[in-house]
Amino acid sequence: MDYEGLRETAREMRINILRMIHCAKSGHTGGSLSAADLMTALYFHVMEHRPGEPEWPGRDRFVLSKGHAAPALYSALAMRGYFDAKELMTLRRLNSRLQGHPDMLRTRGVNASSGSLGQGLSIANGIAMGLRLDGNEAAVFVMLGDGENQEGQVWEAAMTAAHFRLGKVLAIVDNNGLQIDGAVKDVMGIEPLAQKWDSFGWDVETVDGHDFGRIIPALLRVRKKGLHDRPSVVIARTIKGKGASVFEGKAKYHGVAPSDQELEAALQELGEV
Amino acid sequence: MELLGTRDVYGEVLLELGRKNRNIVALDADLSGSTMTKLFAKKFPERFFNIGVAEQDMTGTAAGLALAGKIPFVSSFAIFASGRAWEQVRQAIAYPRLNVKIVASHGGICVGEDGASHQTVEDLGLMRIIPNMTVIVPADGVEMRSIMQTAVETAGPFFIRTSRMKFPVIYSNGASFRIGKGDVVREGKDLTVIALGLMVSEAKAAAEVLARKGISARVVNMSCLKPIDRELIAGCARETGAVVTAEEHSVIGGLGSAVAEILSETYPVPVRMVGVKDRFGTSGTAPELLDYYGLTSRDIVSAAEEVLARKG
Repeated sequence: MDYEGLRETAREMRINILRMIHCAKSGHTGGSLSAADLMTALYFHVMEHRPGEPEWPGRDRFVLSKGHAAPALYSALAMRGYFDAKELMTLRRLNSRLQGHPDMLRTRGVNASSGSLGQGLSIANGIAMGLRLDGNEAAVFVMLGDGENQEGQVWEAAMTAAHFRLGKVLAIVDNNGLQIDGAVKDVMGIEPLAQKWDSFGWDVETVDGHDFGRIIPALLRVRKKGLHDRPSVVIARTIKGKGASVFEGKAKYHGVAPSDQELEAALQELGEV
Repeated sequence: MELLGTRDVYGEVLLELGRKNRNIVALDADLSGSTMTKLFAKKFPERFFNIGVAEQDMTGTAAGLALAGKIPFVSSFAIFASGRAWEQVRQAIAYPRLNVKIVASHGGICVGEDGASHQTVEDLGLMRIIPNMTVIVPADGVEMRSIMQTAVETAGPFFIRTSRMKFPVIYSNGASFRIGKGDVVREGKDLTVIALGLMVSEAKAAAEVLARKGISARVVNMSCLKPIDRELIAGCARETGAVVTAEEHSVIGGLGSAVAEILSETYPVPVRMVGVKDRFGTSGTAPELLDYYGLTSRDIVSAAEEVLARKG
C-alpha cells in the first residue's frame, strides 16, 4: 500500500478506535490513537500475514505489550478481515471476544495475550527462539509504551534478546511522552532512552511515529537486513491522542473514553461527519 | 531403604524425553546445577536457554516458546519460580493456558542451611490459586518419572515441585500418576492421613506406629494438589471419620486448606493439619528443620491421636 493509502487507512482506524471506545464508555483513547499509524504500517504494509489463515506458520508475529492499546489492534484486525468490523462495537462487553486487553484465546488474529505491562518483550523473545529452532524466518514485532520502559522486566528481556542474538525481534516504543499519572519525565524519567537500548546491545532508530515515510523503512529493515545478529528497536516519537486535537498531548485521556461531544468533534476533525 | 532425589530424577527424565521429542526445550535462571537441567543443557545446548538471574523474563520467554509450538520446561528454586515470577506465571502462562511446565526445585524447608530466603512454604498456595494451573508434588523419585511423562503428554500449564533432599521410595514397584487422582498407599479404617511430597513416607511411618497402638490409619498420597481428587477426599472422610493432612508447606493455602475446603462442603469431619504454622523457615540441616517445624512421623502420630479424640 502506498503512503497515501496508509494515511487514509490510519484515518479510518482512528475513527474505529474513537467509536468503539465511545461505545464501550471506557478504554484507552490516547495510547490507541498514538499507535494508530504504527499499527497501520504493521498490518497493512510491513507484516506478512494471512487473515484467512490466522495460524499460518510463516506469519510474522505481533505482540502488543502495551495491551491497553487493544482498540488499535482490534481495529487493524477487523479492517484486515480477521473478524467482522461490526464486532468492534462489542468492545469490553460481557462475553465479548474483544476483551479490555488482548486475549489470544478469544480473539482471532491475536498472537499473545497481554495487558500487564513489561511482559511482551520476553514473550516475543521466546517466540523468536522457538521459530529459529524450526528454521522459520518469520519476524517478531512487539510494541511497548514508553512508560512501560519503567518495568524492570523490559530490561531483563532486552539483555536476553541481545545475548541470544535475536535479530528477528523488532521492538517498537510508542514514545508519546505521557502515562496515566502525567508526563513520563515527571513520573519516572526514562531518558536517554535511545542510549539505554543501544547500551543493551540493540540497533536503535528514532523516527517520527506519524510519518509513514520514516516508519515503513525503519520497520522493514528487520526482514531486509542480511545479517540478523542484533535485535532492533524503533523509538517512534508520537503524540498521545493523535488525530483528535481534543485528546492530543493530554495525559488525562490515557484511560478515558470520549464523551458524545468529544466524539463528534473528533469525527469532524477526521473528516467523518 | 532406597532414597531418591526428585530433582535428580527430573534431570534424568528431562534428558530422556528430550531425546525422544525435539520440541522439548529447557530454561533455567542460573541454577541449572541445582535444578538438574544441566544434564539436558549439556546434551542439547541449542535447546537450552540460561536466562541468567531473571526469573520474570525466563517465565515470559517460556510463554513465547510455547506460542512457537515448543514444550518449555522452566526451572528455578520453587520460591523464585512461583513467587518472584508469580504474575508472569499468571498472565503469560496460565491465563492463555500455554503449554509450559514449571519444574521448581528446592521446595519446602528441606533446602536447609540457606535459610528462609531460599526456602518456600508458600509456593503451592501461590500456584493453586491460579486458574488453569495443574499443581503436583511427587511422593518419591519413581512417581516423579511418571509425572514427567504425564506432563509432556498433557497440554497446559503445570507446576511441579521437587526437593533438594533425597527421600525414601514409596513406589518401589512402579508408579502410575494420574491427573486429578490421589492414591491410597495404605488401607485403614480409623482415620485417613492425606499427604504429599516427602510427608507421604512420614505418614507411612506414622501409620506403622499407630498400628502398634491399635489404630488403623489409611494413608493417601495426594501428589496432584490441583485438580484435586474431591471424591477420594470426601470418601475417606465418610469411611474413616477423621482426617490428618501432612505437607512441607504452610498450613495456609496448601494441601490442608484444600482438604478443609472440600470437606467443609461435602462431608465435615474433624481435621488436623500437619504443616508449617504460618512461619518463615530458618537455617539448619533438613532433618533438624523437619523436627523443628513439626513435620515428622511423630507429629503425624500426635495429630492422629488428637483428631481421633475429637472424632468421638
